[in-house]
Amino acid sequence: MNNNLNKYIRPEVFPTPFCRGCGHGILMGSILRAIDELKLDIDQMVFVSGIGCAAWIPSPHFAADTLHTTHGRPVAFATGIKLFNPKLKVVVISGDGDLSAIGGNHLIHAARRNIDLTVICANNNIYGMTGGQMAPTTPTGARVSTAPDGSTEPAFDLCKLVWGAGSESDSYIARTTVFHARELIKYIKKALTHQGFSFLEAVSPCFTQFGRRNQAETPARMILDLKKMSVRAKKADELFKFKEKRKILIGEFK
Amino acid sequence: MKVFLQGNEACVQGALKAGCQFYAGYPITPSSEIMEKMVRVLPEHQGVFVQMEDEIGSIAAMIGAVWAGAKAMTATSGPGLALMLENIGYAIMTETPCVIVDVQRAGPSTGQATKPASGDVMTARWGAPGDYESIALSPWSVQEMYEFTIRAFNLAETYRMPVFLLADEAVAHLKEKVGLKKNINIVQRAKKSEQPPFGETAGNLPTSMPAFGQGRKISVTGSTHDEWGYRRTQVPAAHEKLVNRFCNKIRKNVEQIVEWETYEDQDAEILIVAYGFTARSALAAVRLARAKGEKVGLLRLKTLWPFPEKVFSGIGPKVKKIVVPEMNQGQIVLEVSRFYRGSVIYYNKTNGQVITPQEILDCIM
Ligand SMILES: Cc1ncc(C[n+]2csc(CCOP(=O)(O)OP(=O)(O)O)c2C)c(N)n1
Ligand SMILES: [Mg+2]
Repeated sequence: MNNNLNKYIRPEVFPTPFCRGCGHGILMGSILRAIDELKLDIDQMVFVSGIGCAAWIPSPHFAADTLHTTHGRPVAFATGIKLFNPKLKVVVISGDGDLSAIGGNHLIHAARRNIDLTVICANNNIYGMTGGQMAPTTPTGARVSTAPDGSTEPAFDLCKLVWGAGSESDSYIARTTVFHARELIKYIKKALTHQGFSFLEAVSPCFTQFGRRNQAETPARMILDLKKMSVRAKKADELFKFKEKRKILIGEFK
Repeated sequence: MKVFLQGNEACVQGALKAGCQFYAGYPITPSSEIMEKMVRVLPEHQGVFVQMEDEIGSIAAMIGAVWAGAKAMTATSGPGLALMLENIGYAIMTETPCVIVDVQRAGPSTGQATKPASGDVMTARWGAPGDYESIALSPWSVQEMYEFTIRAFNLAETYRMPVFLLADEAVAHLKEKVGLKKNINIVQRAKKSEQPPFGETAGNLPTSMPAFGQGRKISVTGSTHDEWGYRRTQVPAAHEKLVNRFCNKIRKNVEQIVEWETYEDQDAEILIVAYGFTARSALAAVRLARAKGEKVGLLRLKTLWPFPEKVFSGIGPKVKKIVVPEMNQGQIVLEVSRFYRGSVIYYNKTNGQVITPQEILDCIM
């Protein structure tokens, strides 16, 4: 860990609760690096999260004002904070289940309002914390504890969802993976400095719940596989044309 | 200053007087006039209004704004209250001061959207899962819609918790003269404090409410936490201490919170116990009964929660029976029976119509 980042972390929180191979730790480090590189005053930031492993990225780790809320609701809480004190930089960090299943309504309405929030979604395609149940992001065919023979449902593309909800506004929408750490930091910086709604999907593998059920060899392999699975979008509108199964389209879409 | 106002409008006047600076809501009859008034007046008072996508979002945004430093409120009715319950629990757990106005209509579910009821009394007490004590005020007039809203804000600040204004459609849509107060005590939040954000001070009261953006690095969570807000979900004593504190801040201060009043009770042999709009009919019934020479009195509850247990355990032998008329199938009467050992008679009406004086008279004579 970069010593420079220690000042952003509550000393009493180590060791972190994340499992081996969990991408959430890389995402956590990337967010702190982005804040550090931008020289943001962390005392003027508020980190809001829902419930799930991803929600633990800011709370308890970040030495900052953190609001660890209820499952699915962080975007709505963040809306109240931002509206009342627009000087605060309000960042939501939460999971795919939290933001797109139970909290999907708040996400689309925040995108529609184009409210000046940064939403970072740690997408592990599963409900990690509660034992590997199906999420709206679980790929069709993937095995999860609530679809042991493979999910038969289609999955959300979160960037498309947010794009559709806020298509009239000039929000920022991007997706990358924790394998692409430099790019991840770059996108986080863009999201944090964007005026208006910004949504960043960070694909972050869960070996414990997803990998073991779906023939991943090792936690490290799962992270390396992200490189093979990723396809870079050369133009933003590829978001709407991309059809490849089991691949991840990465890039900036708005 | 006297003005002619509707109950819901008086509630807005009270909120402004108490320093409300944030309102988040979702439209629902019979509470909508509150948000329609708020959207106009809040900006004039440097406040912020937002219409959210549902009541879950409304209460979440309200709690967020409170942590950003606002005094805040939301208003709803039964179906919306049902959606708010999870985050009511969150407000209790995080000791977030806020005011929730529930203009009760006849339920369950969509029920009779435009008709009065008192069906949410127990929801205000027990609706959110888990252990805690609750504060709920019950106005019987437009004047009290104004005054109790102010009091709800003050109680929310003192005890750092959500406080319910449990109105009903009849009081909320009533129009009456209201005396707006000039000098009224408003509990202000400490500007900045170094106390632990979730600690206890003298008199079982919580430490002062902090705000984000002051460099305090506050950790707020709905999980079990210690006085600094750090998660302590695996420590039995931490959870016990927290829950005891939520209960004791109310239980040890019941005398400061509960309010009631009596009419013609000195020689009363029959005591009517009523609250909200129903208490108006009960008072009329007392007058009718007295005119016939019957010794009937009224005990009107202004606060429903915490329940004034001592008042009921202290009722002397002169009283032969207590009559509890309610616009529900019997909610406060359960509490009355728990603490008053004599004869208790129910009178319940759940057809969306208010209880008339004659109906109360019929069941005491
Ligand atoms: C209202 C409610 N329903 C269900 C839960 C249980 N629950 C806790 S975390 C979680 C899923 C979290 O998944 P995700 O947001 O994807 O985060 P991850 O753990 O995968 O990072 C669920 C269902 C809850 N806490 N609250
Ligand atoms: Mg997940």
